[in-house]
Amino acid sequence: MEAAQEVVRLKETARSTRRLIIESLAEAGSGHPGGSLSAVELLVTLFFHTMKYDPKNPSWPDRDRFFLSKGHAAPLLYSILAQAGFFPVEELMSLRKMGARLQGHPSMGIPGIEAPAGSEGIGLSLGVGAALAARMDGRPSRTYVLMGDGEQQEGEVWEAAMAASKYRLDNLTAIIDRNGIQQDGLTEQIMPLEPLASKWRAFNWNVIEVDGYDFLQLIGGFDLAASTRNRPTVVIAHTVKGKGISFMEWSPHYHGTAPAKDKLSDVLSELK
Amino acid sequence: MTPGKLSAMRDAYGEALLELGATNEKVVVLGADTTGSLKSGVFATKFPERFFNVGIAEQNLMGVAAGFALAGKIPYAGTYAIFVPGKCVDQIRNNIAYPNLGVKIVCSHGGISVGPDGASHQQVEDIAIMRSIPRMSVVVPCDATSTRAIVKAIAGIAGPFYVRLTRPSTPVVYEDGFEYRHGKATVVSEGSDICLVACGIMVPEAVKAASSLKAKGVSAAVVDLHTIKPIDSETISRLAQKCGRVVTAEEHNIMGGMGSAVSEVLGEMRPTPMKRVGVMDTFGESGEAGELLKKYGLTASNIESAAEGLVRAAR
Repeated sequence: MEAAQEVVRLKETARSTRRLIIESLAEAGSGHPGGSLSAVELLVTLFFHTMKYDPKNPSWPDRDRFFLSKGHAAPLLYSILAQAGFFPVEELMSLRKMGARLQGHPSMGIPGIEAPAGSEGIGLSLGVGAALAARMDGRPSRTYVLMGDGEQQEGEVWEAAMAASKYRLDNLTAIIDRNGIQQDGLTEQIMPLEPLASKWRAFNWNVIEVDGYDFLQLIGGFDLAASTRNRPTVVIAHTVKGKGISFMEWSPHYHGTAPAKDKLSDVLSELK
Repeated sequence: MTPGKLSAMRDAYGEALLELGATNEKVVVLGADTTGSLKSGVFATKFPERFFNVGIAEQNLMGVAAGFALAGKIPYAGTYAIFVPGKCVDQIRNNIAYPNLGVKIVCSHGGISVGPDGASHQQVEDIAIMRSIPRMSVVVPCDATSTRAIVKAIAGIAGPFYVRLTRPSTPVVYEDGFEYRHGKATVVSEGSDICLVACGIMVPEAVKAASSLKAKGVSAAVVDLHTIKPIDSETISRLAQKCGRVVTAEEHNIMGGMGSAVSEVLGEMRPTPMKRVGVMDTFGESGEAGELLKKYGLTASNIESAAEGLVRAAR
């Protein structure tokens, strides 16, 4: 009963997050809806169920840290942070505008943003450093890094993967938004990733595969990661690019094309 | 230390790290399979819990260092110069400089004096790459004494640094007590006919050149422009005005390096006849350091003839 209520609450937040992503992107006139919409439930679970943080004190030293490696999902992270209370929800409408804090890709100076992002493949290394530092200081903090599946093609991801297992970083959880699509097409056509889970296992990571839209699986996955000792965990979340908007689903085109402003009400009507 | 005596900048780096480790708990040291060579490995003997060897993975080295800095640490990270500014420019730009993190990148084996390993290991483009990145400070010490002082000082200066050291032992220029002032060049000697601006191992060469110029009646000032960015425009401009001619000398491609930085300053503030001594936009080759420096025109006599050329032209 309690779990069911929690899922209802998270589903409602996922719906409002999708609405904010679409509205802010339409207002901006450019940006990346596909990979923002695919990972909504992952971040909703982390920020509204799993992670410990204080929006009134973003630099609280014992906070859990979230690094967005797939920086193009900035509209998603901003929508989450605004709803979590780091900055006003109205500010989302300044996305990508001259003089605004909300840069096209995350940058410092935005409350709740831990690091800039935008260049693919370089976020997991940050997580390794932060997790090592947290352990050195004896902090309870956990470190989370969300990667895209396309960026698994970058070599540094695997450099960082080796380092995390060398140092047995059980306070580090990587999440892969496995939506199968990158800018030029399907990941398995552009540069095949499979068998992806086996690759991570071979790097001595604890691998958990979940349905990226099943909150109970996501909660369970992150809990399992937190209770796993001596190994980092990667949660491979099976997702759908553009999830929630019919014409954006499975579409490489909507990797980097914003919804048209004059079609906004039609688009939003899909988010029942 | 005794001026003129040979001493290794890498030893000075290791010693400075040990001192920092003892006085500053935030200092962590990271390496990439060259920590024995860089002498950063000595840090591990005393502070194993603050030392991390990430293997042959330089891009990850930069990213992990950035992660430490984000968590409030002061990371010193480095390997051979050839493997960092070029190979990791994206990580340095996006993970370190853009968020203005206090990562102290210290690399050895800068320049052509790396020697027998050949051109693939001779980094002559690093100053150009690093000074083009906003917020990055670029420092090229000229000897072991200043290396030690600089490595210690930058722990207390906010923001990212690139410090380039040299593989061979080099003549000590400064006695103990060298004081590092960020963004302030060190005037090694005053002069009135020509100003020799050098960095790294070209500083002792400039000192030698100044001394033989003096015997020929030419008074040369020598400036150790260890900090190429932020550049000390004031000192450069003052001595350019006083001397009327400037020679720069660096163990780096003449394009984009220290000489370029000086010409940018003078071109805008005080146009002055100048000549750049450096690697003439070419790659090196295998050979002993001394042989290579001679072949590629990086010696006291090259500085001297450049200076004489300018002085003659003016007479």
